[in-house]
Amino acid sequence: MLRAHGLACDRGDRRLFSAVDLCVSPGQWLQVEGANGAGKTSLLRILAGLAPAADGLIEWEGRPVAEVRDDYHARLLYLGHAPAIKEDLSALENLQTAAAVAGRPLDEATAMTALRRIGLKGREDLPARVLSQGQKRRVALARLLCSQARLWIMDEPFVALDVAAVAQLCSILDDHLSRGGMLIFTSHQAVQLAGSGASLRLGAPAAPREVAA
Amino acid sequence: MNAFLAIVRRDLLLAARRKSEVFTALFFFMIVVSLFPLGIGPESATLRRIAPGVLWVAALLAAMLSLNRLFAADHQDGTLEQMSLSPTPLALLVSGKVLAHWLTAGLPLVLLAPVLGLQFDLSARSLGILMISLLLGTPVLSLVGAIGAALTLGVRGGGVLLSLLVLPLYIPALIFGAGAVEADLAGLGAAGHLSLLGALLALGVFFAPWAATAALRIALE
Repeated sequence: MLRAHGLACDRGDRRLFSAVDLCVSPGQWLQVEGANGAGKTSLLRILAGLAPAADGLIEWEGRPVAEVRDDYHARLLYLGHAPAIKEDLSALENLQTAAAVAGRPLDEATAMTALRRIGLKGREDLPARVLSQGQKRRVALARLLCSQARLWIMDEPFVALDVAAVAQLCSILDDHLSRGGMLIFTSHQAVQLAGSGASLRLGAPAAPREVAA
Repeated sequence: MNAFLAIVRRDLLLAARRKSEVFTALFFFMIVVSLFPLGIGPESATLRRIAPGVLWVAALLAAMLSLNRLFAADHQDGTLEQMSLSPTPLALLVSGKVLAHWLTAGLPLVLLAPVLGLQFDLSARSLGILMISLLLGTPVLSLVGAIGAALTLGVRGGGVLLSLLVLPLYIPALIFGAGAVEADLAGLGAAGHLSLLGALLALGVFFAPWAATAALRIALE
């Protein structure tokens, strides 16, 4: 279970958001919404442990993330804005390297199966630079199929995907949730996912100002 | 350890796919070294005297060439974020990148140096010591360079800043590296200089990945 209390984030002198509380239990998803610049990506980066929060506490399984960092990262899969794809490596090499860095090396057969399932059949050995934007995203998404992580944090996972790929990604996410996984993601589109979920709106109008009496 | 090897393998693969970058540095080294005998003339006593310094300075500059790309590409495409989220300590993965950098930018210089040294009329014995000094010294260049590359990550005009930052830190390696060959030519024996180079290397292996990691974490925030 991931729980956060009173998270705040500063950008320069400006406070992007403050007092964000959230809680994601096994099988639950959380969609972070907000206008451009509301701090969605910053929130995800803070939750993933990539950036420090200006204030607040994040707990993983009841203990502060700072104390159980290695365990937390071993159970976390973060898919950021940049897809972490090397243009000069093939889809297969990209997937295998990413998996090894994430601590779960893949043999070639498993990696090939994952790439075929994600719709890259016949393109496994092409360098990523000749793939289209959507296909590059798919290479990154293939990591989901091989992942044993409990918590997935994804920044705009539906960007650049065609209708079929969006449907496939939804079913992958549903699978993950039904196995008791947790999911936090940002998206500008409404997404139908199984399991119970909530949405968190950043940059919502702050507490109404008191009118001077 | 798997992640470490995966990073080394990945960076070597990337270098193999982009041979031009490796060869640019190598040709730069060859040309700079070859310009000196042409400019100074064929007087072998002078050439022998300047040879260690020239080869070492050229090696420093050649090793510098590829440094600013050490972390920049990973930073841009998000790989660095993934590395910092790995259950494997980031310092170990950074060591993997430094090892790959040395294998592609340092080791070729070591292997090429004796051939280039012939232009300076160095004896076989001096060439051997030159190779040993470069073998011990070029990893120090990659290690110290990694700290500079991490510190200048994301800074505009980072390339020049990187040179200004790193070249002064290369001075000890230069002094003991070139000094080893000179000491041997003077009949003093190179063991002392080489031991000091080895000590620099041991220090670098121990501290540089850690320092580079700290700098990378700042750049990632």
